[in-house]
Amino acid sequence: MSYSAGTPGDITRRQMLRRIGLTALVAGPAAGLLSACATGGSNAPAATTSAAPSSGGAVSAANPFGVAANAPLEVVIFKGGLGDSYATDVHEPLYKKTFPQATVKHVATQQIAQTLQPRFASGDVPDVIANSGTDLMDTGALQQEGQLQDLTELWDAPSIDDPAKKVRDTVAPGTIESGLIDNKPYLMNYVFSAYGLWYDSALFEKNGWTPPKTFEEFKALAEKIKAAGITPFAYAGKNASYYAFWMILISAAKIEGNQVLIDIDNLEDGVWKRDSVKQSAAAWAEIGKYMDKSFEGLIHTEVQTRQNQGKVALYPSGSWLENEQKSQTPEGFKYALTPTPSVTAADKMPFEAIRAAAGEAYIVPSKAKNPKGGLEYLRIMLSKEGARGFTEKSGNITVVTGAADGLDLSPGNASLSAAQTAAGQNIVTFSSFENWYKELETELRKQTNALMFGRITADQFCDNMQKAADKTKSDSSITKQKRTV
Amino acid sequence: MRHGRYRFIFGFLAAPVILYVVFVISPYIQAFYISLTNWKGISANPQFIGLENYTRLLDDEVFWAAVRHHGVLLLVMPLVTIVIALFFSFLLNLSGGQRGGQMRGIWGSKVYRVIFFLPQVLAVAIVGVLFQAIYRPDESGVINGLLGLVGIDPVGWLIAPDLALWSIIGVMVWQAVGFYVVLFSAGMSSIPKDVFEAAELDGANRSTLFFKITLPLLWDTMQVAWVYLGIAAFDAFALVQVLSVDRGGPDNSTTVLPLEIWRTAFNFSKFGYASAMGVVLFFMTITFAALTLRVTRRERIEF
Repeated sequence: MSYSAGTPGDITRRQMLRRIGLTALVAGPAAGLLSACATGGSNAPAATTSAAPSSGGAVSAANPFGVAANAPLEVVIFKGGLGDSYATDVHEPLYKKTFPQATVKHVATQQIAQTLQPRFASGDVPDVIANSGTDLMDTGALQQEGQLQDLTELWDAPSIDDPAKKVRDTVAPGTIESGLIDNKPYLMNYVFSAYGLWYDSALFEKNGWTPPKTFEEFKALAEKIKAAGITPFAYAGKNASYYAFWMILISAAKIEGNQVLIDIDNLEDGVWKRDSVKQSAAAWAEIGKYMDKSFEGLIHTEVQTRQNQGKVALYPSGSWLENEQKSQTPEGFKYALTPTPSVTAADKMPFEAIRAAAGEAYIVPSKAKNPKGGLEYLRIMLSKEGARGFTEKSGNITVVTGAADGLDLSPGNASLSAAQTAAGQNIVTFSSFENWYKELETELRKQTNALMFGRITADQFCDNMQKAADKTKSDSSITKQKRTV
Repeated sequence: MRHGRYRFIFGFLAAPVILYVVFVISPYIQAFYISLTNWKGISANPQFIGLENYTRLLDDEVFWAAVRHHGVLLLVMPLVTIVIALFFSFLLNLSGGQRGGQMRGIWGSKVYRVIFFLPQVLAVAIVGVLFQAIYRPDESGVINGLLGLVGIDPVGWLIAPDLALWSIIGVMVWQAVGFYVVLFSAGMSSIPKDVFEAAELDGANRSTLFFKITLPLLWDTMQVAWVYLGIAAFDAFALVQVLSVDRGGPDNSTTVLPLEIWRTAFNFSKFGYASAMGVVLFFMTITFAALTLRVTRRERIEF
């Protein structure tokens, strides 16, 4: 270092002190930051938030949770296929109507986990979260950490439309069960979805095709469709292989009954190697052969758009599909739903059986500043007015029974409701492992792509999945959960 | 007065050092601690579990796949990038022969310089999206569309397990070359002209000029390039995340450690385990940098 002697030596004592003061200014907040880092803070942040103003408000028939009328409410909405106008135009105004003094803060994001994980870690959590999308929060982990509000209070509260009824009696059967973690209701699954194969009924009518009822028919039809220059069946391997594994699981349940899905969730020994899973995987792998290899590199919207262009016949998805593709769907394209074909003649469930489940979980964080306001917000969502508004804005049917009655349904929704009627009590149950054990789900995505694009056989698929399930089961760092229904 | 000077220097350095300690060093140290716990990333009281996370790494298939991919990246990516960059910068700066005592590049070298540097200006996310279209596996992809014109069937650039990692390495090289062309050009322009002049008078041809004069005198710059590129080979997160099938697929064939760390932490809520991977990555990177600097150490030629 060869500084010219002049400059630094000539500083006066006063300048010096000023400089040290500046350093202290920078160092002060830095020390505060240090203590606020990931593991430094012990339980301090939680303590400060629970002292928030939620204690106000008297309990009354109209206000069963005792929400403080002036407490602000923060709502975080996943802005995906459903949009977020249902919140900004319907539910939030309804909340404001009930509590005019409250301010409602609306946050829309496509990345729930990235947005909220740091906020959970620091204790600054919103009051209602629409926990959806690829990057949703792991609700199992949240529950284990005591971050979720038990919703029993909500389900037992009087319904807004008919105070004589409890909220739990106004929703479709299975709704509350689908939101259980550790046998307590923590998730409010709001959207009623049905899963199956979606096709353009206009295209099928024009060509004289009928949706297949068995896998033999499926293959025969696939040959015909292929001859017409259309891909008979396709899904997007790049980011939506779970659409395909849903079909495999649904078929397995049709063969053996819902017990197989319950056992998969419970990580029963050898469940992935059962005949039902093997037969189902083998049957779907056969259909995978009709799919061009390139679909593994496409994302769901690309494949869905190809279906809209008449290049793909049958596409596995849920009932949000029609709404998601609204802007791409050409005039005359009529979405319709058909159940997955039967695999064997001895299937426990008939062809008509569909998977219908309450999906799109809404949660209230227990350490929010206004958790009671959060519960009230959910109760408003479950009112007829809230549910109807949701269906109008998002094009999806909710779990609230009869809320969509009299609404002019789209072709897809009409077909959905017909399929639901045909299925009656034959409903394939939901799968909880997708939320409980994310690692197992990630492995299943991988193995599904390998199976459907012909890199492994059904037997290898079952072996690999059993290995992954065993690994999850023996992993002491993952808290195991059980379901009985 | 001497005393005051040190205090002045200290005062001047304190702010950046504190910022660096708070935002860089302290998270590193925290990662070491977190890697010994089962922290799920939510609560503030993780449990200490000793080296369990590290023993679990030993038989984690995906982790080893990622480590192998870093090995491939480390061998191939820097080498290919440096060779191409050297070739281009030699063409741009020295291969045009002499004019008026100055070494010249080939005709139009200024235009080429801009073209080569362009990818470096693009954000990596944009590069990812661009290459999504370029590598698209059916006829609508840029490369496959061109191949289709000459009657070749579409190639699954990113969906064939044997090809996917190479396709991603291709993008990394494409993006990096421009920067190193500029770096090497700067290095070449600092080589005294009389050295070349003398060599040419002695009858050296272009390849002798390159291998006997340019390369040895560029050694320091290459060393820097090698370390930079090596560290980049331990990353590759963004490109793999955007381009690969199902983030790291097909069949784990493109996954890299940063991606697995991200997935383990944010998808699986295993921040402790993810931190253990992070610590391993940290040591791999440090070891690489130290080794490279040590192995490639040579006598410096002063001019």
